[in-house]
Amino acid sequence: MFDYFNPYRIFKINSTLQKIIFLCFILTLSIGLVEALFLSPEDYLQKDSVRIMYVHVPAAWISLGIFSTIALLSFSVFVFKNKNFILISKSLAPSGILFTLIALVTGSIWGKPTWGTWWAWDARITSMLILFLFYTLYLLSFRIFEDQDRSNKISSIIAIFGAINIPIIKFSVDWWNTLHQPASISLTEKSAIHSSMLIPLLIMTAAFALFSVLIFLMKYNTELIKIKNKGLKRL
Amino acid sequence: MYGKKVKLRFLFLSLILTVLILTVFLVLKSLEDNVVYFISPSDIKELGEIDYDKKYRVGGMVKKNSVSMSSDQISFIITDFKNEISIKFSGVIPNLFSEEKGVVAEGFLEDKKFLNASKILAKHDENYMPPEVKEALKDK
Repeated sequence: MFDYFNPYRIFKINSTLQKIIFLCFILTLSIGLVEALFLSPEDYLQKDSVRIMYVHVPAAWISLGIFSTIALLSFSVFVFKNKNFILISKSLAPSGILFTLIALVTGSIWGKPTWGTWWAWDARITSMLILFLFYTLYLLSFRIFEDQDRSNKISSIIAIFGAINIPIIKFSVDWWNTLHQPASISLTEKSAIHSSMLIPLLIMTAAFALFSVLIFLMKYNTELIKIKNKGLKRL
Repeated sequence: MYGKKVKLRFLFLSLILTVLILTVFLVLKSLEDNVVYFISPSDIKELGEIDYDKKYRVGGMVKKNSVSMSSDQISFIITDFKNEISIKFSGVIPNLFSEEKGVVAEGFLEDKKFLNASKILAKHDENYMPPEVKEALKDK
């Protein structure tokens, strides 16, 4: 039973998995991009600038999802004292920060032709910027502190603090007047995005999710190699 | 299933997190005036005194048939379906600006019914659809 958690075994499974997921990612991304850029219709109001949505929205979703996962794992680090959780969170963070940056930049590019401004200090955009800062702090904490026990603790605390920001991002558009429009998709109501636009959006989300899984697996293997180089028998 | 220590740590952390969330919530609640990006024409009406040196952001719908353009100026009315405010603006208007759509105007108030805007932003709603679907919806 415990053989399944053998780092060497995980490393090997992980390496084969990477190749499969890489193929899936390329396939989904190609389909998604063709759908989003060529096959999907233009918006009645925004015309072709609506196509930025197919990058902006999935990137924002994934960045939020990854930070929530990191926060949940960090919480569990303190409760269960399982150091593998730290390794997983640490490997998840790079794709999270990348997608936060993509969401911010594409949002800015989208804002200029539609709203008429590159940036507005409204609640949604500002809280998204705060998410980016939390990701930065989280990743920095592993670099700054030499002592591993300390860096593990401080990074987890940062993630738990940052978790409070997540519902603020999600509900900012409902709680306060913002320039950003409210959510188009919810679990309980009919989507405000027409199905011909919703399908490419979901395919692009799948592609971005596969990309983050791929980066996660690569980073996780790197961490395993680091542990091996240190000659540690356990985490 | 888990030991007493694990349960205790879980409870303690949950307590800390609850207190933190409550703190942030209360801070945001008390800072509400600064968190909102714009205020409605009704909020303007309820203002006690107007600060003539302060820029206000007013948001709402562009009233139907209220837009009039001259060579260097555009004027229109923002409504929240209870109260209205007139806007005067000279400059570039964003692409999505149109009647019966959301808008945010930033500028100095002349009185509670008139704003001299220095910036106009279009506000988009959450609906996305192809032009044909929009036409079909209109016909209904």
